[in-house]
Amino acid sequence: MKERSCSSAVLIILAALWSVSAQADWALNMTEGVTEVSRSIYSLHMQIFWICVVIAIAVFSVMFWSIIHHRKSVGAKAEQFHENTTVELIWTIVPVLILVAMAVPATTTLIEMYDTSDSDVDIQVTGYQWKWQYQYLGEDLSFFSNLSTNPDEINNKVEKNKNYLLEVDEPLVVPIGKKIRFLVTSNDVIHSWWVPAFAVKRDAIPGFINESWTRIDEVGTYRGQCAELCGKDHGFMPIVVQAVTDEDYALWLTEKKASIAAEVAAAARVWSLEELMVRGEQVYQKNCAACHQVGGQGISPMFPALKASAIATQAEQRDAHIKIVLEGRAGTAMQAYGAQLSAVELAAVITYERNAWGNDTGDIITPQSIQSMLKSK
Amino acid sequence: MTSAVDHHHGPATGMTRWLFTTNHKDIGSMYLIFSLLMFFIGGSMALIIRMELVEPGLQVVQPEFFNQMTTMHGLIMVFGAVMPAFVGLANWMVPLMIGAPDMALPRLNNFSFWLLPFAFFMLLSTLVMDGGAPDFGWTFYAPLSTTYAPPSVTFFIFAIHLAGVSSILGAINVIVTIMNMRAPSMSYMKMPLFVWTWLITAFLLVAVMPVLAGTVTMMLTDIHFGTSFFDAGGGGDPVLFQHLFWFFGHPEVYIMILPAFGIISQIVPTFSRKPLFGYASMVYATSSIALLSFTVWAHHMFTVGIPLVGELFFMYATMLISVPTGVKVFNWVATMFRGSMTFETPMLFAIAFIVLFTIGGFSGLMLAISPADFQYHDTYFVVAHFHYVLVPGAVFSIMAAAYYWMPKWTGNMYDEYLGKCHFWCSFVGLNLTFFPMHFVGLAGMPRRIPDYSIQFADFNLVSSLGGFLFGFSQLIFVLVVVKCVKGGKKAEAVVWEGAEGLEWQVPSPAPYHTFETPPEVK
Repeated sequence: MKERSCSSAVLIILAALWSVSAQADWALNMTEGVTEVSRSIYSLHMQIFWICVVIAIAVFSVMFWSIIHHRKSVGAKAEQFHENTTVELIWTIVPVLILVAMAVPATTTLIEMYDTSDSDVDIQVTGYQWKWQYQYLGEDLSFFSNLSTNPDEINNKVEKNKNYLLEVDEPLVVPIGKKIRFLVTSNDVIHSWWVPAFAVKRDAIPGFINESWTRIDEVGTYRGQCAELCGKDHGFMPIVVQAVTDEDYALWLTEKKASIAAEVAAAARVWSLEELMVRGEQVYQKNCAACHQVGGQGISPMFPALKASAIATQAEQRDAHIKIVLEGRAGTAMQAYGAQLSAVELAAVITYERNAWGNDTGDIITPQSIQSMLKSK
Repeated sequence: MTSAVDHHHGPATGMTRWLFTTNHKDIGSMYLIFSLLMFFIGGSMALIIRMELVEPGLQVVQPEFFNQMTTMHGLIMVFGAVMPAFVGLANWMVPLMIGAPDMALPRLNNFSFWLLPFAFFMLLSTLVMDGGAPDFGWTFYAPLSTTYAPPSVTFFIFAIHLAGVSSILGAINVIVTIMNMRAPSMSYMKMPLFVWTWLITAFLLVAVMPVLAGTVTMMLTDIHFGTSFFDAGGGGDPVLFQHLFWFFGHPEVYIMILPAFGIISQIVPTFSRKPLFGYASMVYATSSIALLSFTVWAHHMFTVGIPLVGELFFMYATMLISVPTGVKVFNWVATMFRGSMTFETPMLFAIAFIVLFTIGGFSGLMLAISPADFQYHDTYFVVAHFHYVLVPGAVFSIMAAAYYWMPKWTGNMYDEYLGKCHFWCSFVGLNLTFFPMHFVGLAGMPRRIPDYSIQFADFNLVSSLGGFLFGFSQLIFVLVVVKCVKGGKKAEAVVWEGAEGLEWQVPSPAPYHTFETPPEVK
C-alpha cells in the first residue's frame, strides 16, 4: 500500500514535469551569442569550466578512492603522517600557474569590451521603473519600450505565448555589422540592461552614464531582461532588440519619425470625451496601472489611490492633478510624464483618471491645454 | 568562604537561569536554539519563494510580497541563522577547547545574546507594517532602499544596528578569551583549528561590522535628515553605497565560512583516526583568505562601470583567493588518505561539505573571470553559487558540528539512524534545489524575479520540489535534537574513537563548570 502511494507520487511528479516540458526546453548552457565579444566570453566560460572539471575529477577521485579503500570496516590502519613540504608546494604553485594561464585571455577580452571608441551608432538607454527609454543620439528620435504581455497571461487566465514576459510594444531597432555604443543611465533606481546574445550587461545608475558597445553579426530578434532588482516590477521590464540590415534600418528610422510627427499633429484637432477615454485607458494600462492598479485603488501607502481621491475628483484640484502627472513627485516612484508621453497621451490619461472608476467629473482635458502648460513651465 | 561555595553552584532555576546567565554553555545553547528558530523562519520564506516559482505566471503571491520574502529570507539566514549558530558553537566549544573556565567577558556575553531576539523581533514586525517589510534585497542597494523604500526601512536599519552590536561584542569576547585564557603551554600553534578560524573570524567581524553600521546610518540620514550620501540628485553617489556594502559584504562571506573550515578540520581527522594534514598551512591559508577578503569586494560590482584597471585588479585578486582555499581542500583530502575511516553522521556532513563546497568554489572561480561575469552577474548562476557555499558549506558544517558535539552537550548519543536519514534527505534535497539553478542562470534567468519566461519552467519545478524536500527534512533534525536531549544511550567522555582535544577530557555531559583549574596540554 505504502509502496503504491509512493510510486503514484512519482508518477504525478513525472507527469507534471512532462506537461511543462511540452512548451519549455532543458537549456543547460550559456548562449554563444551573435557578436565577437559574446563568443570570446563563451569560450572563456568553457575553458574555465573544463579546468574546474579536470581539477574536480582529480581531487574527488583521490577522495573517493580513500573513502572506499581506507575505511575501518575493510581493516584499514591509519598512518600518522601529517605534512609533506614538497606536495604542499606543488599544490600551491600549480594552481597559481593555471590561474595565470586563465588571466591572460580574460584580460584581452576585457580590454576589448572596454573599448567603446569609434562607434557608428550611439543610443542612450535610460531605465525607468519599469520600462526602458531609447534615444538615438543625433537622430532626434526617442521612445519608450514597455512590456506588452497580456496581464491575463500573467494571471493564468489564458495560455502563455512563447515569448511570455520577453515581448515589448516598441523594440529597439539597430543595424547589423555596425559598432553600436550604448550610453546607459537611469531616471530613478538602479537597473541593468542585459541582452545575453550580445553579452552586454551594464548597470543603469542614476547620475552616472555607463558605456558599452556591440557589433551584431546576424539579423534577428534578441531578447533580454533587466538584471538588477529595481522594485516591484523588476521581473516585468524586458528588452527586445531587432537587428536589421542597413537598408531596413534607414527605412525604419524614416517611418518611426513620421509616426511621431503624426502624433504631434494630432494634438491640434478636437478630441471628444469618448475618444480621450479610449486612448486614456490604453495609456493608463501601460504607464500607470503597475502602481495605481487597474481599478485605480493603488497599493497603500506606497502608491496612492486615484479612485474617489480628492486630486482626481475635485474641480479645484484639476491643475494640481495635471501638474503631478507632468512633473512627477520628487522622492517617490511618481515620474515626470511631461517628457515621456505626447500631449495627446497626457490629455487622454488625465481625462481617463478623472472620469473612470466612478470618478465621473465630466472633465475634458484637451491636448492644447497640456501643450500650453508644458510651454509655460 | 562563600565564594568557594558559590563557585560550585549549579544553574539557577526557572526563567532567571536563561535571562541572567553568564555561563558560556547556557549562552551557547541559547544562541543555537535561537539560530535554529531563525533557520525555520527564514526557511519558510524560502519555501514561499519556491512555491511562487513552481511554474510561470503569478499564483501564490504578488511581486511586492515576493520581494519582501527574498529580502527577509536573506537577512534572516545571514544575520539570524548562520552567524548566531557559529557564535553559539564558539561559546560552547572555545572555552572547552582551550581549557578555560568560561568566556572572558561573561556579562557582555549575556548582553550580546539578548540583543538578538529584540533585533529580529523588530525586523520580523515589519511584515505587518503598512507598506510591508523591506523589499529591496538583502544587499539593499540605494536608492531603492532609501528614496524608494517602504516606511519600514527605518526599523530594518535599527534591527541591523542591534544585530551588528551583538556581533561586535561577541567577536570582542572571542578575541579576549582566546588571547588571555588559553591553558598554560597551549601556544597559538597548538590551538585546535576551530579556535584558530574563530579568532580570525572575530577580527574580520570587528573590522567590518562598523562599516555596515556606518552605511545604514548614512541611509538613515538620507531618509530622515536631508543628506544625500547616496542620492545623485543631491550630489551623492549610489555606487558609493555598493562599495561600502561590499567592503563589509565580502569579508562577511568569509565570516560565514571560516568557522566552517575550522569545524571540518576537527571532524575529518577524528573520523579518519589520523592527524590533520598540514596544520600550519591551514592556519596560514585561513589568514591569507582573511587578508585577501579585504581586497576583492568590487568583484560583486563588475557591471557597475568601474574603470578597466580596477576591474583587472579585482579580477586578479579574486582569482588568487582560490589558491589558499584549494590548499584547504587538498589538506582535508590528504587527511582522509591512508586513514581508517568510519562514516557517522558528522563525517557524512563533513564529506558532503568538502565535495559541495568545492563545487561552490569552482563556480566562484568562474564568477571571478570578469568578462564571463558580465553574463553570470545577477542571474540564477550566482544564486546557485552562493547557495552552494552557504547551504552545504556553512549550514552543513553547523549540522556536522551539532552532531559531533551533541553527545558532549547532552550526555546522550543522538539517534544515528535518524541522523543519517536527515543527512541523506538534506543531501538529495539541496542538490535538486540548487544544481538546476546553474542551468537556468546560464540560460539567462535573472535572479529576484517572481515570474519567468516559459523556457525556464522545467528546472524551476525541479528546484521547487527539491526545496520542499530539503525544507521538510530539517524537521528530522529537530526530532533528533529533542530525542537526544530527552535521553538515549549514555555518552562517554571521549565520544568518538579518534577524537583528540581538551573538550573530550571533561565528562559527558560537560558539567556546568569546567576547567576551574587549567588542564595539562601535551
